[in-house]
Amino acid sequence: MLEVRNLEVVYDDVMLVLRGVSLRVPAGSIVALLGANGAGKTTLLRAISGLLGVHDGEVTKGSVTVDGEPVHHLRPAQIVRRGVSQVMEGRRILGELTVEENLRVGAHTAPRDLAANLDRVYGLFPLLKERRKGIAGYLSGGEQQMLAVGRALMAGPRFLLLDEPSLGLAPALVGQIRDLVVEINAQGTTVLLVEQNATMALSIAAHGYVMETGKVVMDKPAADLLSDEDIREFYLGLGAEGAARSFRAVKHYRRRKRWLS
Amino acid sequence: MKALLESLIRGLGNGSVYALLALGFVIVYKATRVISFAQPSFMIGGAVAVSYLAEVTGFYLAMVLAALLVAAVALGIERVAIRPMVGRPVFVVAIITLGIDVVVRVVVNGFIGLDVRQVGDPWGLSLVEIGGLAVQQRWLAMLAAAALLVGLLFAFFRYTRYGLAMRAAALDQETALAQGVSVGTVFALSWAFAGGLAAIAGTFVGTGQGVDQLTWIIALKALPAIIVGGLDSLGGAVAGGLIVGVVESLVQSYQSDLAPWLGQNFAIVTPYVVMLLVLLVRPYGLFGTREVERV
Ligand SMILES: Nc1ncnc2c1ncn2[C@@H]1O[C@H](COP(=O)(O)OP(=O)(O)OP(=O)(O)O)[C@@H](O)[C@H]1O
Ligand SMILES: [Mg+2]
Repeated sequence: MLEVRNLEVVYDDVMLVLRGVSLRVPAGSIVALLGANGAGKTTLLRAISGLLGVHDGEVTKGSVTVDGEPVHHLRPAQIVRRGVSQVMEGRRILGELTVEENLRVGAHTAPRDLAANLDRVYGLFPLLKERRKGIAGYLSGGEQQMLAVGRALMAGPRFLLLDEPSLGLAPALVGQIRDLVVEINAQGTTVLLVEQNATMALSIAAHGYVMETGKVVMDKPAADLLSDEDIREFYLGLGAEGAARSFRAVKHYRRRKRWLS
Repeated sequence: MKALLESLIRGLGNGSVYALLALGFVIVYKATRVISFAQPSFMIGGAVAVSYLAEVTGFYLAMVLAALLVAAVALGIERVAIRPMVGRPVFVVAIITLGIDVVVRVVVNGFIGLDVRQVGDPWGLSLVEIGGLAVQQRWLAMLAAAALLVGLLFAFFRYTRYGLAMRAAALDQETALAQGVSVGTVFALSWAFAGGLAAIAGTFVGTGQGVDQLTWIIALKALPAIIVGGLDSLGGAVAGGLIVGVVESLVQSYQSDLAPWLGQNFAIVTPYVVMLLVLLVRPYGLFGTREVERV
């Protein structure tokens, strides 16, 4: 069980971005985390995986525990060793390295299982096997996303944190990503899935959380969320706060453009 | 023709030494984005360590021990003086490395004394004949040692777990962290490599004529070498070192005949002239990444 309790996160010593977030990811499940741009989803994942420091952020209150043990003051390397791996927003492929080198970097904390994990990842992503000697930067966006997920799996994580894996991908590829998440979960990895694509995320998750400006505002079984009117309206873009929303839409558009290029 | 080839070989020999020093600069730069000006002190420290150790262990073992010793010292300095500065402006950290250089050199100078110290190498200034050319043995030794070390380094970065981790951290620190790479370890390793390589370079600088309190200045020739090759390219460091060495040697051989009006000792400034010429054409060096231009 991965558990976040009453978490507060501050960036640059002043910007309070998470205001008491609580969330539970039971072992073996898929949990979806939804929310508009800037709600704090990525920040929450950073707090779990220990990457806040890179962004001048810190946990000021609350806790993150993995199987009951607090991890929120550990360094990223130690957290990976505890079995929590994050696939960052925007794929973050090491473009100058080959596909296989990227995967080997992912295996940094689990060198003994390198061969077995490589087999597993190539089994999940046959395409990566085909291109394993190729330069990762030349892969298409969808292939890079597969590589990013495969790389995280090379550490043999028990908990996999996925940050918007479908971002900027064509609908057919989104379906492929969804099937892969299901398969990875079926192989025994617990998944916390952050998504803008609510329909996709809720179709495979057991439970869903919705965040808004640093707080969890809704927390229900996925099926209930899927039929919730507010959720439907919000993700169809028919929410109440018109001005704020159009600004977010602009930001979202920019982000898409950046990562598509 | 004979003189030209001899001059070329001398240039490649000296260039190998610049290349080893330049590799240290580049490895530290890639890991930490800081140019470490502590390299001259590590270079001279290595040579002086060999000059003492060689009497006990013989030259070759002394060189290995000195490289390990200086690598350990560099690693310790990184941990104590550089790591706490992470996040400070690059300029500030570079100045700190300059301070480290001065401190280490003062300590090392105590071991040099006022005389020239010999490193106890087996070559001295003796010549060997190959194909009618008379070349100094030590130039060939420098070339061979550099070739061996460069081969080992490239294999390390390509095939080993920590080599890959260092490349990953150089490309994208956060991504490396997310894979469980300890960036602190990467910093420490980069300094250890730079220290060890500088120590070996220093030992070769000391072959033939020995080292004194001013020999450290030679390490500065690695600066034009890395600018020529590109700050963030290992291959560029090697090429830059060799180019600087060869150009310097050719100028030394021919300038007094071809352009006597440039005065004596013009060879000393040629590395910087080469650097300026390359910067005019390619601001990021021959092999560097375009982005580095901004630095
Ligand atoms: N490094 C940072 N320094 C300061 N503020 C930050 C930093 N990173 C994010 N923020 C702010 O924190 C808030 C939450 O950002 P976060 O990236 O966690 O949102 P998100 O839910 O992941 O959004 P998106 O869907 O756009 O990825 C935003 O207001 C953002 O501007
Ligand atoms: Mg985000």
